[in-house]
Amino acid sequence: MNDWLEKLGDKVFLLLTEIGKVLMFLGQTLRWTFSSPFYVKNVLKQMESIGVNSVPVVITTAISTGSVLALQSYTGFKRFGATSLIGAVVSLSMTRELGPVLTGLMVAGRAGASMAAELGTMKVTEQIDALTTLATNPMKYLVVPRFVASTVMMFFLTILGMMIGVTGGYLVGVKVLGTNPVTYYNQSINNTEVTDIWYGLIKALVFGAVIGLIGCYKGFNTVGGAEGVGKATTGAVVISCMLILILDYFLSALLW
Amino acid sequence: MAMIELVNLHRSFGSLQVLRGVNLSVEKGESMTVIGGSGSGKSVILKHIIGLLFPDRGRVIIEGQVLNDLDEFGLNEVRKKFGMLFQMAALFDSLTVAENVGFSLTQHTKLSDREIRKIATEKLALVGLKDVEDKMPSELSGGMKKRVGLARAICMDAEIILYDEPTTGLDPITADSINDLIVDLRKKLGVTSVSITHDMQSAYKISDRIAMLYKGEIIEIGTPDAIKTSANPIVHQFITGSAVGPITAE
Repeated sequence: MNDWLEKLGDKVFLLLTEIGKVLMFLGQTLRWTFSSPFYVKNVLKQMESIGVNSVPVVITTAISTGSVLALQSYTGFKRFGATSLIGAVVSLSMTRELGPVLTGLMVAGRAGASMAAELGTMKVTEQIDALTTLATNPMKYLVVPRFVASTVMMFFLTILGMMIGVTGGYLVGVKVLGTNPVTYYNQSINNTEVTDIWYGLIKALVFGAVIGLIGCYKGFNTVGGAEGVGKATTGAVVISCMLILILDYFLSALLW
Repeated sequence: MAMIELVNLHRSFGSLQVLRGVNLSVEKGESMTVIGGSGSGKSVILKHIIGLLFPDRGRVIIEGQVLNDLDEFGLNEVRKKFGMLFQMAALFDSLTVAENVGFSLTQHTKLSDREIRKIATEKLALVGLKDVEDKMPSELSGGMKKRVGLARAICMDAEIILYDEPTTGLDPITADSINDLIVDLRKKLGVTSVSITHDMQSAYKISDRIAMLYKGEIIEIGTPDAIKTSANPIVHQFITGSAVGPITAE
């Protein structure tokens, strides 16, 4: 029993230590985000890598989700004769919930993994140390651009995801299932408020920050060789995804 | 005043005490080499000199400035006096050779891209490379990477160059050409150098003085000739590469 408690205590201690380290990393990142010099070129490059290059994945996910949502809602609502509400369900779900969460999970899988792998490789090959010896702050040069780009681009990718998802739902609802287009449109517009969109976008900003923070943290703390880089990459994706899902609940509760 | 002074340096990693009171002084223009077995803490010393690591106890003094007392800005100002050649060169994968070499100039000067490229080409010529400016690091051989790393280290006209195992991983001929290059650069640029190595051929060739690190302390310092004839059994065993003696293999 004592052994078991001791092991549990060790695990909790390790977890708390890790949380502390991540928060300190966040503090440093924020500190350097707002102090010069600003590596604008690096930020733009990361915006392309994290944002623009994620567009196909986000479009595919959003169109699929919107379409399936319309299809499944139709099956359920048909039993109550409420198929006219499909537009409202798709629109609300995509803006408040599925748009930011699914975009976040996709970007975490794609860009978060890429960040951890790239920075992890730089760490184990001493490129991060080399930056420091060249009197360049690695937090500013490497982490801040990724953190900023990830946060900003998640905002825009989520807008794209919302639009594509709603469009996918409309196409299936109207063109495939034969719902009246005017009714579908009116239900969507009348039941979705601007605040619903903002709630989704606030979530997107938080998720973007989480993806950038965790991807960079895991990369910067990579130890060992190729195996270490693999572990950092997996860790970045798993932790980012879990945090997105956990924070989603709390943000939903907060932004009710 | 010594260019580099390490005073009573102590450093542990977890429960492992790596440095146990290192004292070392390097004069301006001198070439000092620290030798010692794998895992003895040679790299740790080098990382303390350039402020990549900080001691638990003791001081690192560069031209009278105590690194421990400096803030981020002050540290970077001191680091601009340094150039460092890493063991595996540590070139930035995503940049071309010319961008790697001119990196410091891009970050710390207002020179145009054309001027930076011109200086990078000159520094590459100084280390015996030409027509490689637009290549990526992945296209270079091990020896070429070290040369590019060296060109990057001297691009801001460093006063002190640190060499982390400069010949490791190279064939004997390439290794010797790197040794020649280190000697040649020192003559041409008059820089102070600190190298760490366990390659004794290299140590004899590039050093004015050699210091032996053993169990976290400097146990002997002397000219290459003095080290060759050292009466210390630990030094003798190390420089002759014998498995028999007070040093036991890990």
